[in-house]
Amino acid sequence: MAEIEPIPSLIRADILVVGGGIAGMTAAIEAAEIGKSVVLLERSATLGGRVAAMNQYFPKLCPPTCGIEINLRRIRVNPCIRVLTLAEVGKLSGAAGDFDVQVKLNPRFVNEKCTACGDCEKACEVERDDDFNYGLSRTKAIYLPHLMAYPVRYVIDPKYIKDPSMKKVVESCRYAAIDLDMKTQEVTLKVASTVWATGWKPYDATRIDNLGFGKYKNVVTNVIMERLASENGPTGGKIVRPSDGREIKSIGFVQCAGSRDENHLPYCSSVCCLASMKQATYIRAQYPEADIHMFYIDVRSPGRMEDFYVKVQQDQKFHFHRGKVGNLTEVPGSENIVLEAENTLTGVITKTEVDMAVLAIGMVPNTADEVPSIPITRDSYGFIVPNGSGGIVGAGAVLRPCDVANSVQQATGAAMQAICAAGRK
Amino acid sequence: MEPKIGVYICKGCEISQSIDVEKLVGTALKDGKADLCKTHDMLCSIEGLETIRDDIGKDGVNRVVVAACSYRAFPELFDFGKDILTDRVNLREQVAWCHKPNDDDTQIIAEDYIRMGVTRVRNSEPPQPFVEETSKSIMVVGGGKAGLTAARAAADAGYSVILIEKESYLGGWAAKFSKVFPKKPPYQSPENSGISELIREVESHSNITVKKGAVISKTSGQPGKFTVIINDGAADTELNVGAIVQATGWKPYDFTKLSRWGYGVSPDVVTNIDLEAMVSNGGIKRPSDGKGIDSIAFIQCAGSREPDHLPYCSAVCCRVSLKQALYVREKFPNAKIFIIYRDLRTTAQYELFYAQVQNDDAIFLTKGEIASVNKDDGGKIAIDVRETLLGEDIRITADMVVLATGMVPTTKVDESEMAVEPPEASETTEPASASQDGLTADGKKEAAGAEKGAKILNLTYRQGTDLPTLKYGFPDSHYICFPYETRRTGIYAAGTVRAPMDLSASESDAYGAALKAIQAVEAVARGAAVHPRSGDLSFPEFFMQRCTQCKRCTEECPFGTLDEDDKGTPLPNPFRCRRCGICMGACPERIVSFKNYNVNMISQMIKTIHIPDEFEEKPRILAFICENDALPSLDMAGMKRLQYNAMVRIIPLRCLGSMNTIWVGDALASGFDGVLLIGCKKGDDYQCHFIRGSELAATRMTNVREKLKQLVLEEERVQLHEVAISDYARIPKIFDEFLETIEKVGPNPYKGM
Repeated sequence: MAEIEPIPSLIRADILVVGGGIAGMTAAIEAAEIGKSVVLLERSATLGGRVAAMNQYFPKLCPPTCGIEINLRRIRVNPCIRVLTLAEVGKLSGAAGDFDVQVKLNPRFVNEKCTACGDCEKACEVERDDDFNYGLSRTKAIYLPHLMAYPVRYVIDPKYIKDPSMKKVVESCRYAAIDLDMKTQEVTLKVASTVWATGWKPYDATRIDNLGFGKYKNVVTNVIMERLASENGPTGGKIVRPSDGREIKSIGFVQCAGSRDENHLPYCSSVCCLASMKQATYIRAQYPEADIHMFYIDVRSPGRMEDFYVKVQQDQKFHFHRGKVGNLTEVPGSENIVLEAENTLTGVITKTEVDMAVLAIGMVPNTADEVPSIPITRDSYGFIVPNGSGGIVGAGAVLRPCDVANSVQQATGAAMQAICAAGRK
Repeated sequence: MEPKIGVYICKGCEISQSIDVEKLVGTALKDGKADLCKTHDMLCSIEGLETIRDDIGKDGVNRVVVAACSYRAFPELFDFGKDILTDRVNLREQVAWCHKPNDDDTQIIAEDYIRMGVTRVRNSEPPQPFVEETSKSIMVVGGGKAGLTAARAAADAGYSVILIEKESYLGGWAAKFSKVFPKKPPYQSPENSGISELIREVESHSNITVKKGAVISKTSGQPGKFTVIINDGAADTELNVGAIVQATGWKPYDFTKLSRWGYGVSPDVVTNIDLEAMVSNGGIKRPSDGKGIDSIAFIQCAGSREPDHLPYCSAVCCRVSLKQALYVREKFPNAKIFIIYRDLRTTAQYELFYAQVQNDDAIFLTKGEIASVNKDDGGKIAIDVRETLLGEDIRITADMVVLATGMVPTTKVDESEMAVEPPEASETTEPASASQDGLTADGKKEAAGAEKGAKILNLTYRQGTDLPTLKYGFPDSHYICFPYETRRTGIYAAGTVRAPMDLSASESDAYGAALKAIQAVEAVARGAAVHPRSGDLSFPEFFMQRCTQCKRCTEECPFGTLDEDDKGTPLPNPFRCRRCGICMGACPERIVSFKNYNVNMISQMIKTIHIPDEFEEKPRILAFICENDALPSLDMAGMKRLQYNAMVRIIPLRCLGSMNTIWVGDALASGFDGVLLIGCKKGDDYQCHFIRGSELAATRMTNVREKLKQLVLEEERVQLHEVAISDYARIPKIFDEFLETIEKVGPNPYKGM
């Protein structure tokens, strides 16, 4: 349940789950449904995490919001779960069975009286970049993060809190829900075990100089492609060339963009092959005649995902090329993109000109650079190394790059490990 | 208890700017005959809620209609305890936010919804859970890595566990592997599996009973009340358990089918399983002469990723071969090692292991397709490889060849075995036969035909003896977000039986399955449903006197809830039930009902909707909308303030499969001009939350069409549409297009009759 009353300064619970994405939501609900008390912390203003920004999942091509809806339905009515958003974990001390966790709750500037009626949004004159759409669209300074946001409550971007026009926004609310003076709150949690599910972020594509992201408008990343294809994205789901809004006749997918690469991410991000093949189906659904090119080293579609690979290979205009793309250049005038790929063994270089290119960017665990002050071991890439006991259990993409099904499966297991760790003391 | 109905209408969030709320009070009291009706500026405020609680406490209101926002908004606030039946009328997302404000048509929608809400609570009762004494023990089937882990996890959480293993030893495949590929940084060297320690922990755990050399001859009952008969070769033992984790693992793909990859051309062509056994039993040597080797070739995807063999990828074989290459390297430092692959699939951090092997000068990785494998004149094995990266065909000769074969779930029966033992003859091998399992000859044939899996649990379910399998024999979930769901409540698959996976994935999978099993025993103990209607206390009741033994309910339940007696009368098992209501939709006699969801309730709701006469030129459309995806999607249309046609009235259903076709008749008889059914996607990539609901709804459309023919009504008057939750912009278009169709067809001739 979301907070409907003031949050106490000391909360006791069986399990703390850090991270409100699909892994954290899953771990929290699965534990709460056997009656364990759970505090679910999320850093942003809403649950849902990265999957909420996806258009469809492979291989069924179903929208992630469907699963989020089921999980929210379970969370809303479960009194064992306490959801705290805008929460940051501070110091964690103690041991399995008895952890003390300091949590800072950043102000939302909107209280529990908010009904999400939207009057404030209409009254608000200031706009901000919409991070949910990777800055490709704008929202008002007071906004509902997205249609599936939970808690269903507006939030004010703290950057605009001092803006003089905010007074009008406050007055527009009939329910006295907006409080510009809302302060940061400190909360102490006493929990028996912790699930760490802070998820991942896309690798910073601007660091791969040769692939031209940030330099050429028609080079996007796979996460941006998800937004371009989404009904609730910046283009209302219509995939068009970013430079001129033109329809697409050809597109190139660059696999292992920064992955399996000693200079960037030496590991494989597991999902990018399938993600690109899935995105090819978005293109095909909108452009029956478009040429789709995918440049890969190995096509990795493990398990029954092979069926999806077999399925997309039926598409006669989906061209698979083995080879690593070394260079992207822009054609002056047309703003088309040329993909230069080198067959790693033969050394033969091919050039392919396309309307736009998608970089299949890898996954970086959030534990890589946001070092939590918790007693965990990480590998050299920042992934948590499972240690068997200790009362802090990793879940989802903080352990290894994985798809949603694996993340959920693993998070359910993590919930059980946390329950066992709490019991063992 | 006599219903005392209180209607509470919220004026907030634009409702009172769009609708004449005072007029609605009249509708609730006069038309709906509610006992009382109040309005409030903000019903979700402390004061608003207090008003309702006061009436419950002081005036004895026991049925509450909250006419405000969607049921998805603040359900926790409008929960007044299990004895108070609360219903939500969505005046915000479904009326004020998506229809023209202060318009007669908008007002009429609101009035219809108020009457429907009152009718709904009048014709339903707060559900009382079905509670019986249940067992909370967990049975784990299979003593490999997954089974051992699941057993230990459930036991550590305080549950009593029975572990059944058909072999005389624990540990499964893991006990046969010398080393496993690296899981710890720096991900370079193979590791010990740690299986012996796990076996020790399980065998000494005070909450775990281990039964080795035992098979299950019969599993009957339902979650919380399973009765299991196990046989250890000497005697039968009866066990009572609450939930089951099936971790029966995998078997290697049939080697004899691998002749294309050289199996059988020489004893020196072995499988990865054989090689692993050699390492554990005295070391690698050439089978034909027992000598050492100078060269070895690993052939990947032997029988995998092949339409005529295993079409899927077994996910682990690439890593297994890399590991085994290192075994060879260690034993024969000068041997040349070839790995012939199509795609090297070392996902995640396993890429680091691959990178390390790649750097080894003696290991040659070659991408290509196998053209042929033969014994050459010198007694070596010659492998012809085509479509290599260099674009030329090459020949590799080696002293020994290892075929990387794939994994087949133990739930899969090979076609060859099927031919020897056709499913129809199953009773000859199955001790629980006709009279005991209660299946009729027809039912048995169907059940056996539907059940192509191996006999492991030997369930006495009417729909078959084991977990239903999906493609390739895996009893896996079809849900991406809910990987543990099976079609048998309280039975969860874990590890390689569910999907090809490695030992560490099996371990985490087993933890998850143990938790799901615990959830099942805890849920049934309080009479509550598990996924996806977790916590629902309602359950279907059968008015057996009117049952005609048509068997539709027992056949159509996606979860095998209902068994049958000799005559074909359904035998309910409420703890197997997921509360979707598909049985209710299936029943032509309308004998199935839930306290808070039943055929009469919806028929009555349809009748309370005002139908303007033909001359007003206001057609009416009734839309039955699945509440899982379509209804939230419609909410989002409201949140986006998308406007849609005011001629449409919406009735949410638990699943489109719960739609009883009588409602279509009711609607047409009442004068509705058309009926829309909107639910989830069916087919291979179905999104139906209850697996078969939308498919069954589509099947029932045939009956609907026949009914229309009988009534001399046009087929176009009833349409079925599939939507996803993200289709909020499409739903208004579906309404508009349907209205256009109805306008062409003309008004319902039965209007006003």
